[in-house]
Amino acid sequence: MPGAIYAEGLVKTFGDVKALDGVDLDVPEGTVLGLLGPNGAGKTTTVRCLTTLLRPDRGRAVVAGVDVLKHPNDVRRSIGLSGQFAAVDEYLTGRENLQMVGRLYQMRPKAAKARAAELLEQFDLADAADRPTKTYSGGMRRRLDLAAALVVSPPVMFMDEPTTGLDPRNRQLLWDVIKRLVSGGTTLLLTTQYLEEADHLAHDIAVVDHGRVIARGTSDELKARTGGERVEVVVHERDDIPTAATVLRGFGKGDITVEEHTRKLTVPVTGGAKLLAEIIRDLDTRGIEIDDIGLRRPTLDDVFLSLTGHVAESKDEDDDTKGPAKRPAKEAAK
Amino acid sequence: MSAVTDAAPIAAPAHPVVQSVRDSLVIAKRNLIRMSRIPEMVIFGLIQPIMFVVLFSYVFGGSMNIGGTTDSSVYRNFLMAGIFAQTVTFATAGAGAGIADDMHKGLIDRFRSLPMARGAVLTGRTLADLVQTALTLFVLAIVALLVGWRTHTSAGEVLAAFGLLLLLGYAFTWVGALIGLSVRTPEAATSGGLIWLFPVTFISNAFVDSSRMTPWLQHVADWNPFSATVQACRKLFGNPGVSPSDAWPMVHPVWASLIWSVLIIVVFRTLAVRKYRSAAA
Repeated sequence: MPGAIYAEGLVKTFGDVKALDGVDLDVPEGTVLGLLGPNGAGKTTTVRCLTTLLRPDRGRAVVAGVDVLKHPNDVRRSIGLSGQFAAVDEYLTGRENLQMVGRLYQMRPKAAKARAAELLEQFDLADAADRPTKTYSGGMRRRLDLAAALVVSPPVMFMDEPTTGLDPRNRQLLWDVIKRLVSGGTTLLLTTQYLEEADHLAHDIAVVDHGRVIARGTSDELKARTGGERVEVVVHERDDIPTAATVLRGFGKGDITVEEHTRKLTVPVTGGAKLLAEIIRDLDTRGIEIDDIGLRRPTLDDVFLSLTGHVAESKDEDDDTKGPAKRPAKEAAK
Repeated sequence: MSAVTDAAPIAAPAHPVVQSVRDSLVIAKRNLIRMSRIPEMVIFGLIQPIMFVVLFSYVFGGSMNIGGTTDSSVYRNFLMAGIFAQTVTFATAGAGAGIADDMHKGLIDRFRSLPMARGAVLTGRTLADLVQTALTLFVLAIVALLVGWRTHTSAGEVLAAFGLLLLLGYAFTWVGALIGLSVRTPEAATSGGLIWLFPVTFISNAFVDSSRMTPWLQHVADWNPFSATVQACRKLFGNPGVSPSDAWPMVHPVWASLIWSVLIIVVFRTLAVRKYRSAAA
């Protein structure tokens, strides 16, 4: 049985740009899939196809058990969308915005009103509830946008780069909200350029590049594909490098890399922290003074680099996949 | 911030027409709230036609020949139907800019992801513009009375004339909606919504006696939808300068005005709603 979000062979072409080139996804109910990729990889286009905003040229998609292409309006009842650009009316107050969204989800006026008040409270916006959102900070607007996506507590949520442009404090706040949401059983598809974010929030990660899913798995699985853990040692004296290398060779599972100028030695290992203790003891016995030692696991940055051949955030051009009416990358966190 | 709680109750699916009306009103309310928070927009919308009244009356007033006289008070009475009609068409630019702005800011994406009636975002906007147009017409009519404009018919006929004007304005906001959905920026929608209005409003009987134009231009003016409403208003107000042309719309201006406006609404609403549904913002 397909998951809460299921896509098969999605293809979407804009002019001669192939934004999606056969995207397959399957997100089990109650889990979070992180769609990770650089600008222009096709993340936003995927979200737009799954949220009925864009009709794919080819492929099939099922969201919350409903065929997206056949019954788009039924899908809309079961989803919440929070975009990259905080989509709230800046001349309406926070309360008015949420009430409007509630009414458009076909809630009765009273229910919409009550729900708006409840959400404003939950998202720390009660004090600013009756001010036009024009006066809100970037983080407040983003929270309101997320609240708007949650008006009917939809079983399936889509978040397109929810924390892009936010400061660390607001990012952390939003992460907390997302985690609570998921612990309540919501299925979430989240796009991000931040490897740390995917690592932090997603059960599963799909790496997207050039309109295709090029790798799929848990954060740990993807890291394991890139190579396991390794020990890094920085010795105090350059003269100690050969001795230290001999020690590490005894514990390691592969070739040692040495950076002479930083006096850093790296060796792939298996055995984790226990091994680390043994290495420290051995080095100590031989009288080698060390400045730093640590067990390093590959980051998703390493994963991305090894999968795509380029660093995740190196591509700086605009996300071309958003279609003809391209919005400027307006900084949401003013 | 605490966890999201229980599911909110959603009303049972309503009849599509009921839902469409309800959603349109929600959006209209939103746009009216916006207008009330940006009063300068409404005020500029008022100043422009008032300026036209004053400029045309006093600058052109003495040199225009209407029905064989250059009396400026005759021209002023001739002019008002034209100014009223021109004013209502200017709502086009507002509707276009507003919708383009919503696209630009991602609001249209938000609306399109909601289970709401498809045409409601546009219908709500055009209804809100209609309210603004009515307000503008009201103020303008008072200014017109102050500079000497008078009607010479029954109240029913005068109200009917204003009804036709509002219908024309409403029709033109649908043209604006289509423009707003078709351009990339709100600025483009504003200028794109205005430029074509100048030939439409000037190649007409609004400001000059069209029977004095070169024949082919008079022909265009006679069949211009805009002229039909102006002619109808002059007739219904009992104002001077009713065109003696025997072109069908000039002979039956009230019917012509109605038919043109309804036709514009049907065609442009269909096009705009289709464009909205596929809008890849």
